[in-house]
Amino acid sequence: MKYLKEYRNREATERVLREIEKTCRGTWNIMEVCGGQTHGLVKNGILEMLPDKIRMIHGPGCPVCVTPVSLIDKAVELLGQGAIVCSFGDMIRVPGSEMSLLEAKARGGDLRVLYSPLEAVKVARNNPGKEVVFFAVGFETTAPANALSLLHAKKEGLQNYSLLVSHVLVPPAIEAILDDEFNTINAFLGAGHVCAIMGYQEYYPLVKKYQIPIVITGFEPLDLVQGIWMAVRQLEEGRCEVENQYTRVVREDGNKKAIEVIREVFEVGDREWRGIGMIPGSGYKIKDTYRDFDAENKFGIDHIQVSESPECIAGQILRGLKKPIDCSQFGKGCTPMNPLGAPMVSSEGACSAYYNYSRSEV
Amino acid sequence: MKKKDTRFNTINLGHGSGGVMTRDLLDQVIFRILGNELLDKKHDGSVVQFDGPMAVSTDSFVVSPIFFKGGNIGELAVHGTVNDVAMCGAIPRYLSLAFIVEEGLDMEEFVEVVKSVKRAADKSGVQIITGDTKVVERGKGDKIFINTTGFGEVHPNANISISNIREGDKILVNGPIAQHGMAIMSEREGLEFESAIVSDSTNLNDLVLKLLDRFGDKIHFLRDPTRGGLASVLSEIAVDAKVGIEIFEEKLPLEKQVSAACEMLGLDPLYVANEGLFAVFVDPDAEKEVLELMRLESTGRSATQVGEVTSTHAGKVILHSEIGGKRIVTPLIGEQLPRIC
Repeated sequence: MKYLKEYRNREATERVLREIEKTCRGTWNIMEVCGGQTHGLVKNGILEMLPDKIRMIHGPGCPVCVTPVSLIDKAVELLGQGAIVCSFGDMIRVPGSEMSLLEAKARGGDLRVLYSPLEAVKVARNNPGKEVVFFAVGFETTAPANALSLLHAKKEGLQNYSLLVSHVLVPPAIEAILDDEFNTINAFLGAGHVCAIMGYQEYYPLVKKYQIPIVITGFEPLDLVQGIWMAVRQLEEGRCEVENQYTRVVREDGNKKAIEVIREVFEVGDREWRGIGMIPGSGYKIKDTYRDFDAENKFGIDHIQVSESPECIAGQILRGLKKPIDCSQFGKGCTPMNPLGAPMVSSEGACSAYYNYSRSEV
Repeated sequence: MKKKDTRFNTINLGHGSGGVMTRDLLDQVIFRILGNELLDKKHDGSVVQFDGPMAVSTDSFVVSPIFFKGGNIGELAVHGTVNDVAMCGAIPRYLSLAFIVEEGLDMEEFVEVVKSVKRAADKSGVQIITGDTKVVERGKGDKIFINTTGFGEVHPNANISISNIREGDKILVNGPIAQHGMAIMSEREGLEFESAIVSDSTNLNDLVLKLLDRFGDKIHFLRDPTRGGLASVLSEIAVDAKVGIEIFEEKLPLEKQVSAACEMLGLDPLYVANEGLFAVFVDPDAEKEVLELMRLESTGRSATQVGEVTSTHAGKVILHSEIGGKRIVTPLIGEQLPRIC
C-alpha cells in the first residue's frame, strides 16, 4: 500500500513540528473536525509534541457519536420485529436507551456487521423472505456507498431492502459550532475524507462569514502536523483561507460521480445530532422518489423518540467546549465496557481516544 | 436402482447417538487416523505416568471459517493447546480431543480436520490419548467445535513465573504479529493481495524446549498472545507483574500485506490474534544469544526485541510511536474480531 510509511516518517514529522514551534507566536485553539484525526493525534502522541500554545479541540466528526439514541432504538426495534439489521461494526456497542445493537443480537436479533452496504444488498438478495435494513450512518464520506446500495437494490427489484438513515453534514456542524457564543476556536482542520467526496468549495462562504482559516487535512501523523502548521501560518499572518493539505486525495470539486449518486438518492434535510440537538439542513434524508427504501417510512418506527443520559456531557465535548477529561464520569462511571455516551465506544470518539491511548500521564 | 449409502457423506445425528453409527465413525475415521497404543485400548480413558510436575492447559476452538489460508481448525486445536502447555515451561506429551460437530458437516471436511489433528500432533510430539465426539442439530453449532486439553512435563531447567519478571528484562517475539487474525479476516472479507496472508498457526514447543535447555531460568516468562493480540497480553502482564512495559512501534515485526489489510479494515495489528507467536521475557544478559538461537529455528526466523520492562509506570504499557510520541496501550475491551480461534 503506497503512502503509509511516507506519512509516518519520524524525521519529516519532527521537521514540521520544529517549523510550528518557530512560526507560532500567539495562543491558538484549533479544532480537528474529524474523529479519525482526533485518534491520529492521540494515538501517535502528537498532542504532547505540539507547543503548549497550540490547543487542539476535538470536533464532532464522529458519525457514530452524533447518531441520535432514537435511531439506535429504532434499529433495536427492527431487530425485535425480525428484520436482519446490517451495520458498520462501530455502531454496535453504542448504548441505546434500553440496549445496544450487540445486546439486541445476544437476545436473538439477526445483526450482521459489514464493511460495505453493498454486502447488505447481497444479504437481501439471499434472504428474500426477510426484511434487510442497512443502518446508514456517517458523514458525506459514507453517503455515496449507502446511496449506491439503494440504487443497486432498486435495479435488482429487491423489495426487502431499506436504509435506516442518519447522515450528517460537516459544513452546517461547523456553522453551529461557530454560532455558539462560548466557542473559542481560531481555526479548523477540515475532514480530509469528507472533502475527498464533496471537495471544498462549500467552505469558502464559511471562511468569509466567520473569518476563520480552514485547512483540509489528512489522517497520518505527517498530514496532521502539516495541517496544523498551515493553520498556524494563516493565523500568524492574519489570513483566513481554505487551504488543502491533503492534496494527494482531495480535489477542489471533489468526486463528481460520488456527488451525483448522493444527489440522486438523498436531499438535504434537518437532522438531530446526538448531544447537540437539531441542526437545520445538517443531514441527508432519502428523497420521496425512493421512500419505499426508507426504513423509517416502511416500518412505522417514526414515533420512537428518547432522550440522552443526563450524566453524559457528549454534547459539550462534540462542540469542543469540554475535553473528555473534564467529565466527572470519565473512566469512572463511563468506560468503553460500560459507556454512558457514544464518544466512549466509537473508534472515532474523543472519549475513547483519551481512554485508550492517554488515560493517565505518559 | 440400488439406494446409495449416504451414511458417510455427511455427519448426522446418528453419528453422535452412541450406537452403531458412532462406533462406525470412530473406527473408520477417528481410530483409523489417530490410533496409537493408548487410544487403541478404546477404554473410557487412558492411564499415563508422570514422574515430576505436570502442566495442564485446556482450550476450545470455534474459528470460522474452519479452513483458512495456512491451516484449519484441526491443527489450530493442537497448536493452541500445545503452545499453552509450552508457555508453562513444559514439554507437551498428551492431548485430549473432543469434537462437537454440527449435523450436516461434510464427511470429507471432518476427515480432513481429523487428519490435520494427526499431522499437527505428530509434528508437536504429542499423543492423543482420549477423546469424545458429539453431534448437535443443524443450526445449534457451526460446522465443528473442538476442545483439547494438553498435559506436559515441566522442563527441569524451567522457572517460568510472572513473579520472575523484573526491571531491565527484554521482551522478544519470535515473528511477525497479526498474521492469524488477518488471514481469517481476509478469508471472511474476501480480501485479495498479491500473495495471500497466511496464518502463523504452528507449534512452538520445539523452540521453547531449545530455549529452556540452553538458557534455563534466564527465561523469566513466556506467553503466547492469541485472542486480543500482543497489546492485550502485555497489558495484562504489566498489571499482574506490577511492572512497567515499554514497546517500540518501529520494532514491531509486521508484514507489509498484513499492515495493508489492517489499514483497510480499520484494525490495530497490536490487537489482532496470533497462533504461532510468543513473547519471551528474558534476562538482559542473555538477550543476544537468545535471539541468535531463535533465529536459527524455522519458528523464530524473524525473532526480534520489541520492548523492555521498566520500574516506572508500573501496571502500564507505553508505546513509543514511530514518530517519537508516546501513548498508553490498553487491553482490548470488547470484540475486535469474533470467532478467530
